[in-house]
Order: sequence, then C-alpha cells, then structure tokens
Amino acid sequence: MTTLLALPYWQETGIKLGLALAVIPTTSLILVYLFLFKMMAFMQSRLGPNDTGPYGTLQLIAEAIKFLQKEDIHPAQADRRVFRMAPVVVLASTFLLYVVLPAGPDAIVQNLDTGVFYAMAVSSLSVLGILMAGWASANKYALLGGLRAAGQLIAYELPLILAVMGVVIQAETLNLQGIVIAQATGEIFGFGAIGNPFILTQFLAFLIFMIAAQAELTQTPFDMPVAETELVGGFHIEYTGFRFLLFFMAEFGTAFAFAALASVMFLGGWWIPGFDVDDNILNVLGPGVMLGKILLVAFFIFWVRFTYPRLREDQLQKFAWKVLIPLSLANIVLTGIFKVVF
Amino acid sequence: MTATSDREQMAYVSAQAADARVNVELDTGDMTLNIGPQHPATHGTLRIACQLDGEQVVVAEPIMGYMHRGYEKLCEVRTYPQCTTLINRIDWLGSFANEVPFILAAERLMEVEAPPRAQWIRTILFELSRIANLALFLGDMGVQIGALTPVFFAFRDRERVLNQIEEVTGGRFHPNFDRIGGLKDDIPKGWIEETRSVMEKMRTFCDEMEDLLVGNEIFQARCRGVGVIPPEVALGYGLSGANLRASGVDWDLRRDANPGLAWDQVDWRVWTHPDGDSFARYWVRLQETREATRIVDQLLDGIPSGPIMAKVPRIIKVPAGEAYISTENPLGEMGYYVVSKGDLGPFRVKIRTPSFNNISIVPWVMKGVYVPDVITILGSLYFILGDIDR
Repeated sequence: MTTLLALPYWQETGIKLGLALAVIPTTSLILVYLFLFKMMAFMQSRLGPNDTGPYGTLQLIAEAIKFLQKEDIHPAQADRRVFRMAPVVVLASTFLLYVVLPAGPDAIVQNLDTGVFYAMAVSSLSVLGILMAGWASANKYALLGGLRAAGQLIAYELPLILAVMGVVIQAETLNLQGIVIAQATGEIFGFGAIGNPFILTQFLAFLIFMIAAQAELTQTPFDMPVAETELVGGFHIEYTGFRFLLFFMAEFGTAFAFAALASVMFLGGWWIPGFDVDDNILNVLGPGVMLGKILLVAFFIFWVRFTYPRLREDQLQKFAWKVLIPLSLANIVLTGIFKVVF
Repeated sequence: MTATSDREQMAYVSAQAADARVNVELDTGDMTLNIGPQHPATHGTLRIACQLDGEQVVVAEPIMGYMHRGYEKLCEVRTYPQCTTLINRIDWLGSFANEVPFILAAERLMEVEAPPRAQWIRTILFELSRIANLALFLGDMGVQIGALTPVFFAFRDRERVLNQIEEVTGGRFHPNFDRIGGLKDDIPKGWIEETRSVMEKMRTFCDEMEDLLVGNEIFQARCRGVGVIPPEVALGYGLSGANLRASGVDWDLRRDANPGLAWDQVDWRVWTHPDGDSFARYWVRLQETREATRIVDQLLDGIPSGPIMAKVPRIIKVPAGEAYISTENPLGEMGYYVVSKGDLGPFRVKIRTPSFNNISIVPWVMKGVYVPDVITILGSLYFILGDIDR
C-alpha cells in the first residue's frame, strides 16, 4: 500500500494515536448534540437547548464543565479500585474499536487482516467494565444492571457475529478495508454500475446486525441494564462527575463506532457508489462520505431509541435465541449456497 | 405402589437427592430491594420493600406514610370553606374533583342545593380535571415502560386543559373554586368555544397515544398478562375506578350513585375490559379520557342559565348530623364522611381515597413477577402519592 506521506514510524503512530484520541470525544459530542439534544427535542415537541451559543451548540461545553465541577463520590462500601477502573475499561473498549475503522483508502490507524474479528472481540470488552461497575458500586440496583448487561452480552454477541459472517463470506475477507473494496468492485448478478453495497445482498444480515447492535449499545428497546425508570441508571447509578462523563462518552462513542462498522460492512464505507475516484482524493473525501453514512445509520439507532418502549429481560433473551440466532444461521447458509452456485 | 423395580426407585431417589443438593449449593438467598421512597417510578415517596429471588419478586410490601400530612385532623380545626384548600392537595392532579364530594356532603347536611347552572359547571370542571389527570397517566405509563416520547406529548396537551381550568378558577393546580351552595364565579366569555377546541385536541392526543403505545408490540408484550387482577379479588381488595373496571366489573359511581351532578343529563357509557391486566387498565383509562371529552362537549351545549349560587348565610354553620358522599374521581371512588356538631367547622372528617385501596393489592398482585413488571404494575395501578397519604 502506498502511503500519502512518508513519515517515520513513530511520527505516523503518534499522529494516528492523537487523531483516534480526539475522535472519541468529538464523535460522541456530534451524536449527543445532533440526536440527543436536537432530534429528540424535535420528536418530543419541545425546544431543546437553544440559548448557549448558536443553536445551542455550546450547551455541550457547559455540560462538560458541569460534570468536571461535580464532587467525585465513592460509596462507602464500594470496591474503590475496581470502581475507578470500570469507566476506563468501558472507554478503552470504545477507543480500541476506532483502531480498525477505515475512513479512506489509507486513512486507518491499523489495517488488520482480521479486522472484523478484532472489532467484535474488542466491542465485547465494554461489558467487562459494566460488570465491574455494577459489582464494585455496592448497590443493588447497579448489581442488577450489571448482571443484566452480562446476560444481554451472551444473548446478543452471537447474532451480531453470525450476521457479520454473511458479509465476511461474501467479501471473502476479514479485513475491513478489504470489505469496502469488495463492495466497490463487486457486482450484483453481473450488474456492477453501483458496485455491491452489501445492504442490498445482505439485507437480512443488516437488520440482524442493527438489532443486535442496539442491544449491544444498551439503547431502548434493549436498555434494561440502564433502565432509568426501573433501575434508575443501573450500573452507573453511583457514578458522579467525570467518571459518569466517561460512561456517557463511551456510550455515544460506541454508538458512533457501531454505526461506522455498519456503514463499512453494509453501506460501503468511504467509497462513493457509482464514482471511480482516485485513491488520494478519496483519502480526503472519504472521511466526509463515511461521516454521512454513519450519521444516517446513527439516525436509525436513535430514532428507534426515542420511539420504542423497553422490553423485559426474559423477552429479550427469547427474542435473541429463538428469532435472531436461527435467522442469522439461515442467512449464513443462504449466503454460502449463493456463493457456491454463482 | 406401581410395579417399579428397586433399581428404578433407587435411580429416582438419587436423582431427587442430586437435584436437592444442587439447589442447596446454588441457593443464592433472597435479596431485599427497596423500591423507593426515592424512586422515579413511585412518583412520590412510596416505598415497596421487595424480597427478590434473582429478578423475581417473592414478597412485595408497600410501605406508605412518608408524605402523611394529617388532612383529616387539620380539617377539624378549620371552617368548612377553609377545608377545600386542604382537600385540593389530596389528589393533586385532579384537584377540582377532590372538592366536589366534600362540598356535596356539606350541602346535604345544610339541606341546600346548588342551582342547575352551578351543577353543570361543576360537572364540566370535574370532567376537565379527570382529563388532565388521566392524560398524564396515558403518557407516564410510556415512561414507566421505557418510551420517553409519550410523556412529553402528555404534558403538552394537559397544559391546554389546565389553561381552561385556570381561566375559570384562577388556579392551575389548586382551584379552590367550589363553594357550599354553588361556585365562586361564572365562566368567562368565550370559554365554551375554547374548551370545545381543546376537547378536540385531547381526542387527537388520545389517538396519538393509541398509535404510540397501545398499538406497539413491545408495549403489549410488556403489559398484556402482567399483573392480572380477577374481578372477585379486585372487589375483595376494594379497588375502584378504572382499576376495577379493567377487571370487568361494570361499576361507575357517576352512573350508579349520582349525587346530583349533571352526568344523568348526557349520553355516555362506562367502559370495561375483561382481561384485568396492565394493558386493560391502560386501555380503559384511554377510553375514559375520550368519553370524558364527549361528556364535556355535550355539557357545554346545554349549560342552563340562572344563578350560580344558592342562598346560603354569610357565615356557614352546618347543622349537626352525618353525611357520606362519594364520587367517581379520576382515580376511583373518593368519599368524605363528614360529622358535624353544628359548629363552623366539621367535628370529624374521614376521607376515603381511591389510591389507598388501590395500592393495597400490591402484595397480592406482585407475587412472582419480575422487577420490570413491578414498575409496569405500579404504573398501571396509577396512584397519586398525596392520595395515598392524606
């Protein structure tokens, strides 16, 4: 692969690391402002923040400052060390996800050959942090939330991975860049003018992936680990100030990362359908194209979040084991048959 | 004894023993979870002490009294007109409806009757406070189950009804408008037309709730079959209002024991649902809100002319006697047992509030449900904390 700039390894790594570090707060701010503040307010026929700065954009800065001012409280019975580590673990899982997300032909932190595998493995790390938070808080509500999160992980990791398998079979690679290129150069039964965005041929997998991601992100209708009206915040009930902010950022950062994964695997990532553009131009345009696709996917995630009520934990498990997993297995079989036949 | 061999019997016994051993080894013990007194789902300070086995409730016990304000006692040291100020604050969402039965009881003791116009306006305000109260329930139930949007719609549209109440009475929450022998004031000019358009909007709101919640599969999955109360149990625990009607008991004090208000002048029906589950309770309240808008519409058409106050002395002294009047309030049967010894104020007031009885079924209905269902059932039983702890 030709790199745009020839830099020493340590400089390149430094730049990439800095970018990835900056990306989590920025992306979660974008999502919070666009969806949580503006779209939610619009859907619920209220105004949302509009006084702080132009269109309320500075509200986020105000919120962040507010969180930093809060006292850092540990419950008396808490396991202090684990209690402090938990939000960092959750945020670390989000951070690690960004490592393999491609934003252009060369705009990627680390182009791993097993990118999909890595992303799936790393994303489930966050549940460890949630369990730690739930256990260490020494709070019954937090414990219930943490255990629910663990149960949810087992139920939903499986359909998530199985749904991705369909894409992997079709693209014949685990490399996320390779998946994008497979979509750019692919064709649907000989018709190749718009390439082959896998959302067309893998629509079932896309649906399963989005549902499972919703559960993975603990967004309504699968937000039982948080369940504001029932567990009053679940695993993060005892967290205040900056530690709560870390959870909050991780929540939206992960939502962004999953939207990015979905757009890489199903919408063609940084590639513009129907246009044959030079790689170097795509390196510049790619992030923009990617952002557009991510926001589109995120819009659906949050649309569902603001509309639907919450399922019960046992109903969720039933749905995962009896509906999603058989469906995703069927999808793999179908994809395999088509792959062999055509 | 059937012809089983010793071998089979031994196998059976050892299997049972193995099961028992596993159960003992894995016995996690019960966990006590206090839901409340500071918990968003109890909208106030109700406490429910739950014994949990995993996420399943073994025993749930409601503990009340965190907001007891002693209204029955306070009424004894006040004059009759002053009492309504307190009574407003019992069920704070349907406050005008609280005043009516007390005033009616006092009127019965004094043997005065409000003129027809006052009775009609009383009925209209009564139904308006029912709509304001139930509208909030219709949205709030969504929040209890996790849907954030309906409650904002509910607050938005309830505001319109509160505006109408405010325009007549001067108070949004605590009108304190009912007087012995009639009402404080007449309705303002143009109010009838405005109210009519508000009623139209409330019907649209009910349709929205039907789209957002009643038709939603997740809402149905969470509510259907959750917290089923059979009719005989409901009657046994003294449930009233929509909770009773959702169990299939056709019982409505507005129709069955009308204390003189204008409900018998209009055409309306009592809604019941045979299921008795949380969904039925939501559905019945939704229909009741619609029915209330229709009642208001019809009443607005036929308000009779005439005075709004009967002839009562300036200083109200109620002759000695006892009276119990109950009406069908938004939450259920609300009654006042007033004992007078001929003084300026009541000698004793016993207040029968619907939420107190409705919440008493909690230990029965919450056996064996999951923690999320506790919230669903609490939401669907619909209590106002001020109505539990007077």
